Parts: sequence; C-alpha cells; structure tokens
Amino acid sequence: MGQGPGQAGPADTRERCRPVKPPVFEYMAPRTVEETVRVLGAAETAGGAVPLAGGQSLMPLLNRRRVRPSLLVDLNRVADLDTLIVGERTVRIGALTRLRTLEAHGPLRTALPVLHDTVRLVAHPQVRSRATLGGSLCHADPAAELPTLALALGARLRLASAGGARTETADEFFAAGGTSRLPGELLTEVEFPVPEGFRFHFEEIPRHAHGGFPLVGVCVGVRRDAAGTVTHARIAAAGAADHPLRLTEAERALTGRQLGAPDGVARDVLDAATAQASPPSDLHGSGAFRTALLRTALRRAVTTLNGQETA
Amino acid sequence: MSVAAVRTVTLTVNGTERTARTEVRTLLSDFLRNALGLTGTHVGCEEGICGSCTVLLEGVPVRACLMLAVQAEGARVETVEGLAQNGELTGLQSAMRDEHGLQCGFCTPGILMSLTAAEREGLSEEETTGQVLAGHRCRCTGYAGIRAAVARRRKESEATP
Ligand SMILES: Cc1cc2nc3c(=O)[nH]c(=O)nc-3n(C[C@H](O)[C@H](O)[C@H](O)COP(=O)(O)OP(=O)(O)OC[C@H]3O[C@@H](n4cnc5c(N)ncnc54)[C@H](O)[C@@H]3O)c2cc1C
Ligand code: FES
Ligand code: FES
Repeated sequence: MGQGPGQAGPADTRERCRPVKPPVFEYMAPRTVEETVRVLGAAETAGGAVPLAGGQSLMPLLNRRRVRPSLLVDLNRVADLDTLIVGERTVRIGALTRLRTLEAHGPLRTALPVLHDTVRLVAHPQVRSRATLGGSLCHADPAAELPTLALALGARLRLASAGGARTETADEFFAAGGTSRLPGELLTEVEFPVPEGFRFHFEEIPRHAHGGFPLVGVCVGVRRDAAGTVTHARIAAAGAADHPLRLTEAERALTGRQLGAPDGVARDVLDAATAQASPPSDLHGSGAFRTALLRTALRRAVTTLNGQETA
Repeated sequence: MSVAAVRTVTLTVNGTERTARTEVRTLLSDFLRNALGLTGTHVGCEEGICGSCTVLLEGVPVRACLMLAVQAEGARVETVEGLAQNGELTGLQSAMRDEHGLQCGFCTPGILMSLTAAEREGLSEEETTGQVLAGHRCRCTGYAGIRAAVARRRKESEATP
C-alpha cells in the first residue's frame, strides 16, 4: 500500500497512501448500444478500449495489471442490455443479464432447467450478483461452465459493431482459444433454443466443495425415442482443452444406444470423448488426471440422465 | 504517462450521503477505506476470492475490490460499520461473538455482510452455510463457530418471529 515513486506527499495520510492498484485508464459509461459500439469502434482501432461488464474476470486482471486498457467502457448503465425473454422455442437473454438474475428467474428455470442448475455451479452468490452471461461467454475461460453450456445447447450470439450486427453460433464463437469476437464488437444478446424433447445435465468435478472453476465439467443432452434409444446427443466439456470443447465424436458414439446398457456407459463413448480432449496440466492436476476425470464426469452425467424419464 | 482521470463520486453509505473526488481507477474497497475512512471493509486478495471486502450494493452482496468507486455513483452501499446501532450489536453480530465465529476477525466484516443479506432474503440454513459461506475464506475458525452462529440466529428468529 506504499506510495508510488515521484508522488508529492500531501500532509493528510489518507491522501498520501493512495493504494489504487489498477493502471491509469479513461472511463466512460455510455447509455445506449449505439453509443457503446461507436466508442468501442473508434477507440479500439486506436488500441485499447475494453468493455467492462460484471468485472468479475476483468477487475482481477486490472488489479494485477495484466491488462492495460486506455479506455474502460462500462456497460452497466447501457439500457436494454439485460432483457430476458422466455419464448416457446427460444430463450433470449441480454448480454448484461447477471447470473443472480438467471438463477432466480422462474419461467427460465421451467424452460431451461439446465441453465438454472449450471449457473448455480458458477462461483459464489457474491460473484454471481455482478457477473454477467455475456462477460462469461466473452471471457471464454476453457474451464468455465457457461461457454460449455452454450456449446451443448447450440446457443447463437448476437454481436453489434459500428458497422452493423451479425450472429455467430457457439460452435463458431468458441472454435479456438478465445472467441471469434472482433475488436470493437459488443455481444448484445444470446439466444438459446429450447431443445424440444431433450434432457440436459451438467456434471462437474469441482476443485473444492462450492464455487470456483471446476477441474472438468461436462454437459450432456439426449433425445430418446419411445424405446429409450438415443436419437440425438449433444455433448460439450469444460477443462478438456484450451477452449470450451464440443465432443462431436462422443455425440456420434452415444447416438443409437440405450443409456442404461447393462455395462453402464459404453466404453467407446468414453473413448470417443477422451480422444477429442487434450486437457492442460497445471498445479491442480495433470492432463492425464483430467482425462480420467472427464470420463468419470461423462459417466455420471449419462447415469443421471438415464435415471430421468424421457422428456 | 497518461494523466489520471478524476471524478466526483456521490453515494449513500450506511444511510448517509457521501461525496469525494477520486481517480476513476480507484476500487470501491479503497474508496470506502481511504476516501471515506470506513476501514471496516477489509482488503485481502483483490481477486474476488477471499470475500473480506464484501459489502452490500443495493442490498446485494458484492466484492468491493472488483468494482470501481465511480461505478457506485448514486448507489446505496452498506458496510460493516452500518450494522450495530448506537453500540448495540445486531443479532447476527451477537451470535458470531457468542459462538466464537471469529478469531483474528479479518474475514468477519465480509462474512457479516453476506450473512446479513442472506437473513434478509430468508435463505435457508443449508443455502447460507453452503453457497453463501463458500464465498468467504476464513483461515482461523475452521467455520465451525460461524456455522454455529448461523444456526443460533435461526433458532432465535424462530423463537421470536
Ligand atoms: C472468486 C471467483 C470465482 C469464480 N468462479 C467461476 C466459476 O466457477 N466458473 C466460471 O465460469 N466463472 C467463474 N468466475 C468468473 C466469473 O463468472 C466472471 O464474472 C465471468 O467469467 C465474466 O463475467 P463478467 O460479467 O464479470 O465480465 P467482465 O469481467 O466484466 O469481462 C470479462 C471479459 O469479457 C469482455 N466482455 C464482457 N462483456 C462483454 C460484452 N457484452 N461484449 C463484449 N465483450 C464483453 C470484457 O471486456 C472482458 O474481457 C469466478 C470469478 C471470481 C472472482
Ligand atoms: S479483497 Fe475482495 S475478495 Fe478478497
Ligand atoms: S477469523 Fe481470522 S480469518 Fe476468519
């Protein structure tokens, strides 16, 4: 908390020790999407305008000076960025909608129970009160739950810029490390299809009991026919690669099967999943350990879905 | 070296309107402590993990270290200094003392703010000791005393609704 070098020392101690830790930046809080994208576009070409949503990932980075934007564009006062529309076939959620709001929304829970359950796996209530859906997707941490969920559900992301607007699928948005968001673009809305006849479940292996990024997580969705045979499968994993990973091979392997086969989840479904995964090694566990956990999480997810009636 | 941008921030803290000039990069936690002299809000990790800086923003627990003071312009903020009235502890504060819910006390202001909000919202005991307490690191108590304080508070409020 010491005083920086070269700062004049006023007499008042409170004034003297100025423990401001983020680097120097300009700050503005626009009121409309139009104004936001105009500012982002103009400043980002000049290098260094960064949108600030819930701040639950960006502020730690600023506090450690891992990012040094010239301009912080605060989205928290932009109107109409936190709409939430639960329709028959789709749910549309404004990018600035807080996880706390998603958690508490009754109609949303009915339409997309897996979204409610997965949001409650993210961090703690004191972080979910600020963290936003758009921030989580744009931050795109490879171990984060919501990008993985967006992949499994086949979400569509609406991006606005000074030049217009476009829509990306989650598959496109998370195709490699980071996202396909271009400089100057603002994520405005996320559209989740309400998957008719599907059951989804998100299973994760946490690092500790509650909150914080998981070691691995997996989201599985299945549609079954009257005989219980899987006709469609959607699978994505967190912590399984350097980006949120759609497990298309495992989807194929699961299709055409009964979930409750006598030997549990067929080995080749697990093999298909691990063949596509390339989890990182770090101090919390080796890649091989995470691969083993991915198999466990996938087995648990399928077992849970098997215990539920077909939708 | 760019010149630090400065703004005047006005917010309501514990029911009193407060105004101060500050750099836009000042964290809400540092603003409360240094500009307003409210040092009850503690600062540990500044990464959102430890929870010692937790305050209530419009009644909802947030990490003061992950917000800029300018973002709280016009907002209603509650800190640990606003809990006791005329030297009289709140029921939660008494329960924490009686159940040895603190030792060094570093984590305590943040925990009290989260538990106060949980009580107001009527969260279940399970939700409070599970989800809510998970958002706080206490290196002293092992949480047993804090859980006991939550349980005691619940019994007391059931007895006197
Ligand atoms: C203690 C703690 C525990 C956590 N645990 C978890 C966890 O278990 N799982 C998990 O998934 N996450 C976890 N997080 C991260 C949390 O979910 C973040 O809040 C989230 O990843 C980012 O959302 P945000 O709204 O806070 O975004 P910010 O931090 O404000 O922004 C994140 C990034 O996205 C950009 N951005 C934000 N919104 C937009 C937009 N609309 N358009 C374009 N760019 C945008 C920002 O410029 C920035 O680069 C945790 C965080 C903390 C502090
Ligand atoms: S200082 Fe804010 S969470 Fe640790
Ligand atoms: S009482 Fe010391 S950290 Fe909790």
